Amino acid sequence: MIAFWVLAPVMVIAALGILFVRKAVHAALLLAVVMISLAMLYAALEAPFLFAVQIIVYTGAIMMLFLFVLMLVGVDASDSVVETIRGQRVLAVMVGGIFAVLLGVIVGQAGIGTAVGLGAANEGGNIEGLAEVLFSQYVLAFEATAALLITAALGAMVLAHRERLVPRETQADRAAARVRAYGEHGDHLGPLAAPGVYARHNAVDTPALLPDGSPAEQSVPTVISNRGTGRPSPSYRDVDRVVGQLQSRRDDQDPATDTVVEGSGSAARGEDA
Amino acid sequence: MNAVSLPLVTGPSLDSFGLDTVWVVLLKAVLIFAVLVVLTLFNIWFERRVVARMQHRIGPNVNGPFGLLQSLADGVKLALKEDIIPTRADKVVFILAPIICVVPAFVTFAVIPFGPEVTIPFTDTVTPLQLTDMPVAVLFVMAIASIGIYGIVLGGWASGSTYSLLGGLRSSAQMISYEVAMGLALISVFLFAGSVSTSEIVAAQGDLWFGLILAPAFIIYVIAMVGETNRAPFDLPEAEGELVGGFHTEYSSLKFALFFLAEYINMVTVSALATTLFLGGWHAPFGIGAIWEGANEGYWPLLWFFGKVFFFMFIFVWLRGTLPRMRYDQFMDFGWKRLIPVALGWTVLVAVMRLITIEETFDRQSLLITLGVITGLLVVAMFVPSFGAARDEAETEEPDAPAKPAGAFPVPPMPATGAVRGAAPPLTFADSGPRPGPAQAEES
Repeated sequence: MIAFWVLAPVMVIAALGILFVRKAVHAALLLAVVMISLAMLYAALEAPFLFAVQIIVYTGAIMMLFLFVLMLVGVDASDSVVETIRGQRVLAVMVGGIFAVLLGVIVGQAGIGTAVGLGAANEGGNIEGLAEVLFSQYVLAFEATAALLITAALGAMVLAHRERLVPRETQADRAAARVRAYGEHGDHLGPLAAPGVYARHNAVDTPALLPDGSPAEQSVPTVISNRGTGRPSPSYRDVDRVVGQLQSRRDDQDPATDTVVEGSGSAARGEDA
Repeated sequence: MNAVSLPLVTGPSLDSFGLDTVWVVLLKAVLIFAVLVVLTLFNIWFERRVVARMQHRIGPNVNGPFGLLQSLADGVKLALKEDIIPTRADKVVFILAPIICVVPAFVTFAVIPFGPEVTIPFTDTVTPLQLTDMPVAVLFVMAIASIGIYGIVLGGWASGSTYSLLGGLRSSAQMISYEVAMGLALISVFLFAGSVSTSEIVAAQGDLWFGLILAPAFIIYVIAMVGETNRAPFDLPEAEGELVGGFHTEYSSLKFALFFLAEYINMVTVSALATTLFLGGWHAPFGIGAIWEGANEGYWPLLWFFGKVFFFMFIFVWLRGTLPRMRYDQFMDFGWKRLIPVALGWTVLVAVMRLITIEETFDRQSLLITLGVITGLLVVAMFVPSFGAARDEAETEEPDAPAKPAGAFPVPPMPATGAVRGAAPPLTFADSGPRPGPAQAEES
């Protein structure tokens, strides 16, 4: 009973939390808390096998799948309150009311007291007792469930299967394409320069500087360069400033070497202008 | 004596558990905690020294004797670093994730048997060298380990960074996949020991280790345990070239230290579980017990137990020093298409063998030989490239595929060049005067 009075408030608070938290991932987490608490209740009720299976199957596998989907879909924003199915709310309230009545009746029937018959059920070991019941009395139901689950798994695979239309691009294909591009257009053969490596910053939106001082446009990820269109990116201004500094320093030393720096500088600004 | 009755302990064979007084339980819990933390520090040093030796380096040898205090110094430095929480992070989950990761790592060790019943020094209290045991101890380890995966997934998600998210998903997908193979490998042990409690499994290995009689299950378990702990050559979640640091990219200071701690404790946990289930637990190895009576009594079993655990730790380091990282799809293919089917087949074999042994239907000698041959074939089949790939290659070698029969189901046309697998076609370049690129650069 101690376990119950400790776990029950935790479970109720977590269950209410599922209803009231904003983020879907938080709700999933709280559901995991409820499931683990339930497993602990099983353990306190001398059902250790059920305790382990509850955590392995529900918390470890099913809940994890939920989390995967939530994270990949990225349901960060609050949910839309527009009804997609007509009369959904009315139906929900009705069904919820029926469920509440059912729950009330069941709880009313149940007596509150110590559990009875646990010792007899666990005689000869918990796992052994469970196996005895499962594989003798309920073996047909067990097999039918197994068949159902396998059918469902196969169905999921068939539904998700897709014929491949184009041959899969292998590493050799990509290498060949690269060399071809190099031969035909003179594209750089190696990997792209990392952003910011030779520049004054190491931020991803700052292009690397090539040995001649011009920025390597390719080094900025396309996502960022696409997003940054319309306004001159600050990094380019920095590049310009460096080029300007270099220029002024060279002006002081030897005015004749201007041309090189200027040429690369205009190449750098070509995109912005 | 106020006996603390743990609710989980039932059955006559588990009678020696659940009788400890509160202070004994506390003492054991604190000792396990301390041992695990010290082991982590030691293992980091051990790994660095061994891998250094394999690479013809020396490794840390400055701080403390043999450089043993290097990990302690690193740990203190790590704890004193700035603790950064990214602005886009989900703060609550971000802080919670390392805790969720590290607590289960410690908890699993509660059911690992370190030794037989011993007398605590300076008292006359007799207690097993194990915090507790339960009828489902090994399943308990699997269950708690699956909670630990939450820490990784949530840590990856809460960081608000793509690298972390992908790394977290990768790690957890990998751990869940390899947990299946691991669990299947354990079933044959359960069948032979007739129990799922760790102390009884150790007791069942008094004569012969399960690692010897259930060798395929042992091999599968060892492969799965490397995958489960995200270690090389299966350390894809931390593939630096692709994912920076994986799920813990955004973590720093103590929170990162917790993830690090959890990883190393998990290595010890799977090693300890392998020791318990396959290498006879705390029993003395190489028949020492037969020569020397006292080898399996008192505190000596601790030596054997930790010796075996360090054997596995050495294997972890050896693998890291030897093998390159696998590609993710190959790794998953290996797990799902090779490891799990073989484990399933082996489980069926063991179950059949067990039934026949109990009911004595056939001659056991001939049966064992047959099964050995079948298992050998299965293991060989594991390393043969899959038939599908071979057939595909054969198909692509045909110059022109047969035309579709009239009235066939309308499908999009295959590309003109056809499916390409294997060697790339020779390159052909158009003759267009002087090549651009480096040649041009030289000119200018």
